[in-house]
Order: sequence, then structure tokens, then C-alpha cells
Amino acid sequence: MNHGKVSGRMAAAMFGTVALGGCITVNAPEEPIVIELNVNIRQEVIYRLAEDAGNTIEDNADIF
Amino acid sequence: MGRNMNSVTKTVLAIAAAATAIGGLATPAFAQRDPAYAAARSAGQVGERMDGYLGIVVAETPALRRIVNDINIKRRAVYSERAKATNATIEEYALTAGCQAILATAVGEKYQAPDGSWQTRTSAAPLRDPRCP
Repeated sequence: MNHGKVSGRMAAAMFGTVALGGCITVNAPEEPIVIELNVNIRQEVIYRLAEDAGNTIEDNADIF
Repeated sequence: MGRNMNSVTKTVLAIAAAATAIGGLATPAFAQRDPAYAAARSAGQVGERMDGYLGIVVAETPALRRIVNDINIKRRAVYSERAKATNATIEEYALTAGCQAILATAVGEKYQAPDGSWQTRTSAAPLRDPRCP
């Protein structure tokens, strides 16, 4: 009975350690995220600008 | 025959000269890539990022960094100007240009897929942001 209780506490303590260990290993990325994928830019905006952007690329062929 | 060809050549040259005179200095549409940029591009050392700017694909060198920074500063200036003209933000305009620039890559050139990985362009359509037209 008592033994079972101790085992239970140990298990709880171990579980706690594992859970804590899990928390500790989740680190924030050390390097800043390089790719700025702007999720706020809507598709309709891109569609509106597509033709102008295409012309811009053609008109500035030396830098594209 | 030789004389005829000659006169045709002269005519063509005259038209070209006239066109140049009319065009004046405004000939950016025919501007070519800088040889160092063109070489780095076809060697797959640099590629089109999905945000509209040029990226370094291989291990960075000062020479590659110089090329990429030079191109990106110029691109940003163009994006800024066109974004103003189209009532868009620079980021919106740049992302749109990125869609188009990736689409315009030649077979063998590098481009960035939506997951951030560098891909080599094949004859198949490139992997692009789902928002790209």
C-alpha cells in the first residue's frame, strides 16, 4: 500500500521531470527568421500589381 | 548582289542610328546584366528569393555579397518608386515582382520555393507562393 503510494509519487515526480525537461528543450530559435513571408499581403493585391511588376522587370532587365 | 546587301546594311544602320537618336539616353529596357551577376546567376550561386530580392544560394563570399547587395539596393529603389505609383507598399510590390521574377527564371537557375528551400528551375512550372498569379 505504502509502497504503491511511494511509487505513485515517484512516477509523478519523474513525469514532472520529464515534462520540465520537455519544456527546457523547447528553445526559441537563436537566429532571426530570415524569410519574411508577409502573410498579410492579400492575393487580390498581388493580382492588381502583377502586370505593373511584370513590366518593371522587363524595363529593368539589368537588375533582374 | 553584294552592292544590294551593302545598301540594305546601310539602311538598317541608318534606321538604328535614327532610333538611337530618338531614344536618346532612355534605353534601360535593353540594358544587360552585369557580367559578374550574369555569371553568378547562371552558375547557380545566386537565385531569386520569393520576396522579390536576390539571394545567395551557395557559401557566402565577399564578391557574391557585393553583387547581391548591389542588385537588391537597385531593386528596392525601383520597387519603392513603382509601389508609390501603384498605391501599394514596397513589400506588396516586391512580393509581386518576386512571383514574376521566379516565373521568369531560365532552366538551371535557382529560385526559392515557398518552404524556403532553394530549387533549380526545370522546364516545369516553378514552385511558387499560392498567392502568385
